[in-house]
Amino acid sequence: MRIRHFVPAFIAAMALSCAMALAQTVKVGLINTWSGPLAAAGEQIERGTKLYMKLHEKDLPTGVSIELVKRDDTGPNPEVAKRLAQELITRDKVQLLTGVIWTPNALAMAPLVTEAKVPFIIMNAGTAMITTKSPYIARVSFTLWQSSWPLGSWAAKNGLKNVYTLVSDFGPGIDAETAFTKGFTTAGGTIAGAVRMPVTTPDFVPFLQRAKDAKPDAVFVFVPAAKEATAFMKAFGDLGLRSAGIKLIGPGDVTTDEELPGMGDVALGTITMHHYSAAGDRPANKAFVAAFKAEFGAKEEPSFLAADSYDGMAAIFAVVIAQNGKIDPDKTMELLKGWKYDSPRGPIMIDPETRDIVQNEYLRRVDKVNGQLQNTEIETIPMVKDPWKELNKAK
Amino acid sequence: MIPWIAGLGGYFAFSDQLPFASQILITILFALSLDLVLGFAGIITLGHAAFYGTGAYAAGIYAVHVSHDPLSGLVVAGGAAALVGVLSGLVILRTHGLTQLMLTLAFATLLAEAANKASFITGGNDGLQGIEIDPIVGLFRFDMFGRTGYLYCLIVLFCGWLSLRVLLASPFGQSLVGIRENVTRMRAIGAPVAGRLLIAYSIGAALAGIAGGLLAQTTQFVGQSVLSFERSGEIVIILVFGGIGRIYGAFIGAAVYMIAQDQLAKSDPEFWNFWIGAILVLTVLFARGGILGLIDRWRRR
Amino acid sequence: MATILDALVSILFLGLGFAMVLYIVSVGLSLTMGLMGFVNLAHGAFAMAGGYVTVTLMNTYQVPFGLALVAAFIAVAVVSAILERTLYARLYGAGELEQVLFTIGLIFMAGAIARKLFGPIPLPMHPPALLSGQLNLGFRTVPAYRAFLIVVSFVLILSLWLGIERTNFGARLRAAVDNRRMAEAIGIDTALLFTVTFALGSGLAALGGGLGADILAIYPGYAVEYLVYFLMVVSVGGLGSIRGPFVAALSLGIGDTACKYLVPEFGAFFVYIAMIGLLLWRPAGLFGRA
Repeated sequence: MRIRHFVPAFIAAMALSCAMALAQTVKVGLINTWSGPLAAAGEQIERGTKLYMKLHEKDLPTGVSIELVKRDDTGPNPEVAKRLAQELITRDKVQLLTGVIWTPNALAMAPLVTEAKVPFIIMNAGTAMITTKSPYIARVSFTLWQSSWPLGSWAAKNGLKNVYTLVSDFGPGIDAETAFTKGFTTAGGTIAGAVRMPVTTPDFVPFLQRAKDAKPDAVFVFVPAAKEATAFMKAFGDLGLRSAGIKLIGPGDVTTDEELPGMGDVALGTITMHHYSAAGDRPANKAFVAAFKAEFGAKEEPSFLAADSYDGMAAIFAVVIAQNGKIDPDKTMELLKGWKYDSPRGPIMIDPETRDIVQNEYLRRVDKVNGQLQNTEIETIPMVKDPWKELNKAK
Repeated sequence: MIPWIAGLGGYFAFSDQLPFASQILITILFALSLDLVLGFAGIITLGHAAFYGTGAYAAGIYAVHVSHDPLSGLVVAGGAAALVGVLSGLVILRTHGLTQLMLTLAFATLLAEAANKASFITGGNDGLQGIEIDPIVGLFRFDMFGRTGYLYCLIVLFCGWLSLRVLLASPFGQSLVGIRENVTRMRAIGAPVAGRLLIAYSIGAALAGIAGGLLAQTTQFVGQSVLSFERSGEIVIILVFGGIGRIYGAFIGAAVYMIAQDQLAKSDPEFWNFWIGAILVLTVLFARGGILGLIDRWRRR
Repeated sequence: MATILDALVSILFLGLGFAMVLYIVSVGLSLTMGLMGFVNLAHGAFAMAGGYVTVTLMNTYQVPFGLALVAAFIAVAVVSAILERTLYARLYGAGELEQVLFTIGLIFMAGAIARKLFGPIPLPMHPPALLSGQLNLGFRTVPAYRAFLIVVSFVLILSLWLGIERTNFGARLRAAVDNRRMAEAIGIDTALLFTVTFALGSGLAALGGGLGADILAIYPGYAVEYLVYFLMVVSVGGLGSIRGPFVAALSLGIGDTACKYLVPEFGAFFVYIAMIGLLLWRPAGLFGRA
């Protein structure tokens, strides 16, 4: 009696454990900002990753699955990010790390991923030198040099002689300012004035008034996306810089797609250089935006953060599929080098030399189409490598 | 003794979470330093991160530019923070109440802004990188799993706790409590109130600086958040939550708060703030004197 | 010369708008801290709530701006009165640090709820067409909304002063601030007075949140991010004063704007240095009692 029950149970148990041995679950640690004052960016990353997982789970080989282990770094807190990464590696045994919005967080994690040999796919943090800090880092997002440097030469060649730069006084802002100034002055432009604004400033008006009084042809601006941009745009409109004939240019953070609908007509005519626009007219993007709206609501717009994290998951899926779920760190990095993908933002590639992203940069203008503001792409600069690395290599 | 047994036991019980456990120990030391300043000396501060951050940057910059030795790095961290403590204390201690709170806050913010501007030495917003730390006394290397780091933090915390106990048991410590309870009386009996407060403030600053130095050495990175207003606020929350003016409040407050936060954040990354807030509100409504106050009442029954 | 004058006018005008928002939000905090000795760090959460109510009513339900502001004032005043009766009142005797812990807990909860309901991005505020754009004053143009803000604030402040100085309620309030025991002894119901004042202060904060949504963006981190500014206005102005915070908000708002305009590289330093200077000069605040 007992044995009769035991045998089938035993066989079932064996079968189950065999199946489990065959099943490969790849654990991926996702470090992102879900809480705190800076959670707006985190939500876009959450949505981008979630959407890719949902749409492409079926593409994984049978028996292989990907499990995201999510951790909240609460903002630019490098010691928290590093500790979470340590835990993810030693305790949760993740084989890949991804996410990370803030540069200091990524930098603090760099020595760790080198030591632990865990490939780390950065979905946002955009300071140029990050990828040089570990051979296990690859980046799918952007650098500010990629947008601001070509924007500088474009501005000089398109009749803007005098430009006033206003940037937030922290890493990315300084990167944007340096890159733009270099591109602009090399092409013959003059900087009318430069101000680095405190990162948390409740009121942009005094800085903009100062810029207005200098009577430049345009104001170049970088403020962090997802909170300050709307306030900045509002102040720009309030002070009537546009009616004084001053143009507004900058990397795409000042007109991110998710904030743009709320900005109102003051944003019209803003010229930005960026690697993604929700209004992009590519089949891959149309499908992406449609899927995004279907998942998160018709009024929601994906921003570049959502597109970047979507692509980050694409890269992760690619390496998982290529290795059939058995992740080898060095092989993973080899696979990532030269990885190509038809992204919502156009063709992208990971530079085999620098492990940084190579992508199109789009010159966009804020237009009103069917009563809705959008970033219309008007020019494309194909396959831009990070100019900072290119310039420093040349030396 | 219980905390120390728990601390040693923690090494084995949480062997796969030692980096987190180390950060709890560092936070305990930081909260202890605040307990001396706020709990015992009665100095109202919302800028204690100034010293924590100064210590972290001092230890970090020392490791990058001078020496990789951890112990002398801690001395530098404590010394730098004590110096800032003396200088700001000369101004802050002339006031009290809300004014004192705002002055401490202003000093901490000015320091944070200065650290941002001085990016050539602090790394600015990108953070201070390239901190390398030699093995402790040439023997114990800092490993990836945080074993050495944890024991190092535990020993430093033990020394900090011991010196604080000795200090508080001394006549000096008694006079601090006297000043907190009744300044006028202490002045009347001829105690040098201003001097004593300045010394207590500077010692608290030095301890906070050492905690910051530990953070810099164990994470080998210093980010601007070490000087932030949020950090100053959080440490006050932790201390009051645990129970202020009683040394062990720092231990229990830091441990419970950080573990709760960690667990809640893992289970509900978007909404955990609500639950942390609810815990704080309920603690105040039902447990005056923080967690230790609650334990007291339960014991008395 | 003309440019210097121009710059001066700009600074005054732009700084004034910012200062008015700071004042309207902070005056209630000064009252609750001065009158009840309650450290209500969650004051900014009421301003945030007011902002959310105003903006949501306008954007989603097309309620006119003025009506939305009134609704925000009433809604927040009522909610705060309930909170005061049920929760705050239990902590009047507690230590300041317990009050701090309690109100910080409230900030955390309010922020999390705001994020859940409205998402993490700031809600855009679109003032009525009449108030947006530029206003031509003849010799120069100024942002129309800021002009409106300044006018409305002055009306509000004037009625507040009159209310406190000339009405029976105001007299009782002043009596309670001056000497609570004596006020109670002569038969003033201070508990009721507290509730009404608390509700009034929170309602004003809500108005400030709604009116100022254009300058201080309404998002879940509002109560934390601007807390420091509110505390500055209150401490520099002096506790329990109506006039003090006004002068403080004016000097900090205009000073901040001036410094950011004139020496932008040090824009982040000015308010703090100014505050240290002012507080060392007048430790109890400009209009506070030592």
